[in-house]
Amino acid sequence: MTPPEAMTSSLDALAREAAALGAGAPAPLTAAEAEVSRVMQICNACRYCEGSCAVFPAMTRRLEFGKADVHYLSNLCHNCGACLHACQYAPPHEFGVNVPRAMAVVRGQTYSDYAFPRAFGAAYRNNGLVLSLALAAGLALFLVLGIAMQGSLWHEPMAGNFYAVFPHNLLVALFGSVFGFSVLALAIGVTRFWRDISPGETPPGGNAPAVAEATHNALRLKYLDGGHGEGCHNEDDGFTLARRRYHHYTFYGFMLCLASTSVATLYHYAFGWEAPYPVTSLPVVLGTVGGIGLLVGPIGLWRLNRRRHPEHGDRSQTTMDRGFIALLFLTSLTGLLLLALRDTGAMALLLAIHLGVVMAFFATLPYGKFAHGVFRSAALLKWAIERRLPSRLQLGSD
Amino acid sequence: MVDVLVIGGGNAALCAALMAREAGASVLLLEAAPREWRGGNSVHTRNLRCMHDEPQDVLTEAYSEEEYWQDLLKVTGGITDERLARFAIRHSSSCRPWMMKHGVRFQNSLSGTLHLSRTNAFFLGGGKALVNAYFRSAEALGVEIRYESPVDRLEIVDGHFRAAWVGDQRIEARACVVANGGFESNREWLREAWGQHNGEWVAENFLIRGTRFNMGVLLKGMLEAGADRIGDPQQCHAVAIDARAPLYDGGICTRVDCVSLGIVVNRHAQRFYDEGEDFWPKRYAIWGRLVAFQPGQIGYSIIDAKAIGRFMPPVFPGEKADTLEELARKVGLDVDAFLKTVREFNAACREGTFDHSVLDDCHTEGLTPVKTHWARPIDTAPFYAFALRPGITFTYLGVKVDESAAVHFGGQPSDNLFAAGEVSAGNVLGKGYLAGIGVTIGTAFGRAAGASAARAALEQSRQQGVLRDAA
Repeated sequence: MTPPEAMTSSLDALAREAAALGAGAPAPLTAAEAEVSRVMQICNACRYCEGSCAVFPAMTRRLEFGKADVHYLSNLCHNCGACLHACQYAPPHEFGVNVPRAMAVVRGQTYSDYAFPRAFGAAYRNNGLVLSLALAAGLALFLVLGIAMQGSLWHEPMAGNFYAVFPHNLLVALFGSVFGFSVLALAIGVTRFWRDISPGETPPGGNAPAVAEATHNALRLKYLDGGHGEGCHNEDDGFTLARRRYHHYTFYGFMLCLASTSVATLYHYAFGWEAPYPVTSLPVVLGTVGGIGLLVGPIGLWRLNRRRHPEHGDRSQTTMDRGFIALLFLTSLTGLLLLALRDTGAMALLLAIHLGVVMAFFATLPYGKFAHGVFRSAALLKWAIERRLPSRLQLGSD
Repeated sequence: MVDVLVIGGGNAALCAALMAREAGASVLLLEAAPREWRGGNSVHTRNLRCMHDEPQDVLTEAYSEEEYWQDLLKVTGGITDERLARFAIRHSSSCRPWMMKHGVRFQNSLSGTLHLSRTNAFFLGGGKALVNAYFRSAEALGVEIRYESPVDRLEIVDGHFRAAWVGDQRIEARACVVANGGFESNREWLREAWGQHNGEWVAENFLIRGTRFNMGVLLKGMLEAGADRIGDPQQCHAVAIDARAPLYDGGICTRVDCVSLGIVVNRHAQRFYDEGEDFWPKRYAIWGRLVAFQPGQIGYSIIDAKAIGRFMPPVFPGEKADTLEELARKVGLDVDAFLKTVREFNAACREGTFDHSVLDDCHTEGLTPVKTHWARPIDTAPFYAFALRPGITFTYLGVKVDESAAVHFGGQPSDNLFAAGEVSAGNVLGKGYLAGIGVTIGTAFGRAAGASAARAALEQSRQQGVLRDAA
């Protein structure tokens, strides 16, 4: 019998060897990557979980798990827990196989490693601090700015005219630059990730079907369905669709809010229709519905997160998870409050608070939990491409 | 008093508990293991061998009762009971909707198991997912479950079950289902059953692929209480597994699938059996026994670089060397003897067109034992060695039952004691193995036992009610 440590070290050696043979960077595996590699070696000899998600079919196309494979598979994992609860080798078995945890640890590491600029990767490791500093800075910025520009944040009602407090062009400049930078930083990070994990082969019939499939799988959260459509695990070995649904509330709520802003921008520049818009207007309706989704989703995710089985995922990332959930919740809560009270004397104060929260949210997009959606989408795309390519292995048991 | 006491926590026990509960009986299930180790050997299973007359969701083509029966007849060499075998086979054609009702989900055959896509329905997530689903369903239906409750003995009077003892606790029930496995975890018993060969205790180095909780306590107890015995204590499912596998619960991943691509030598660096006799999935289950009778109960599967990527990936990397001398030294074989064996083998190879997917024409000539297929010289570095030990999946010695799963005493069925799973699998499987038939037998007799036990218990309480009313 080989103890797991010994296996890890021999796998480590194998991986180093494989990396040294390869033309590119012979970077050794980190401890977290070596653990995924060790676990995958066991899973690849078992394969019972093949029907649960994409990770295991992707695994069966490989015999060894080097750095790039580990990064790819770890980001393909949705942490649904199916393979943990079904695992004959899960703790207390001496093999100690916990795929969701091993991969979650590597995911946290990849977000950090691929962050742009690189030095900011540390933000993932101190995410609670980063989010609270960002929130404090965002609030301070708009509260101070508001007082500096208006003398006071309490005023006679001004019929919801935000731009009377903060000029439109100022907001466009501030948010445009921060949001633009965040999108750029994420794009650079995920591009680097993609270059490392993808061999650049194109399947017969081109990439379009793969892109369509990956998009579909991302938007539907296909791999939170357990492979049978009954959902993933949360607190025990039973299945639930709650996590998938609350993700949908959150994601589509967020997208509707984004659509609201986009429509408003269009109204402003293309048609010269300036805010405030009436309650029945498209921007307000989109924002309200999206805002409600963005309240319901994070509340549900928060509750699920608190009840989550202790063996799932990487507990050290809990503050990052919950910080992001809280920030999403605050974004929609302050937005809806602002809408409700925009005709009162509290509008300017609420506006400053809402803008501060949104600013913190935008500024931390590339340095927090938001990254999981981006990296996972890239991994889903790679899987959709890869599974259309013929396998290089002929294992012969068939 | 509880109506039905189920002893065991694997597939057969859970099927029995669910059926008894569905029939309206109160059910108490005693699992010897703590919760995290529950489910016995069932957590290592992956599929159900299924009779079907046309393609189904996860099953291709058809697998008729007759073909299934002929397959079973062949592997058992006739050591089976046709009536009970056909009962289990027919049961497999109709039990899946019931399994799904209780939360079991199926998936297409796994990669590397296409040869089973016609005959075997795979559980999504494997056997532990099945066990989890059944436990959830049992809890939801109100089955009382106690973990860490190994039963030490049964009170049986003239073939009638009275009570079970867990430590100093006596648990009475109107009927009882014993479904707590074979005796494969009981090393003493294995040692005694396999005896000595060339002065060595054969079972000395056996590894147990499944649970550590199958001590055979109640099997022994029932036999001592006069239950009719079935099967041979030496018969079991034994495969050659990686010698580095854990003593218990190594499960599926410890198998070594490269035997047919190279040669296997014993501790004296001598070959001892035709490695290319037939396709590996048809031969892997004989190698446990073959290795068991080699000196020191060990074998070494030797391959060269040509085999890499052609077999299911092993859980432990093989011992690797750039020369055959180095390989022999690394695994502790006599270098000269090993080189001689390989040289003779290489010289005897008559290479045709190598094709691992058919019984090809690469074979040896003038060599004993012969290698009849896939024989290619071992000449391309790096070379790899995997040490092999016998891995016991489960034992076949059991108690005689009938279609109602009633345990027989002196040829007569008990009125309230039933057995299912490994403890009575020997009725159908006296020898050999067919992939997935263990779960078929466990499901068929587990469900029968649950239904029979509920019937017996409810009949008893009705009679007691009549008696009370009369008084």
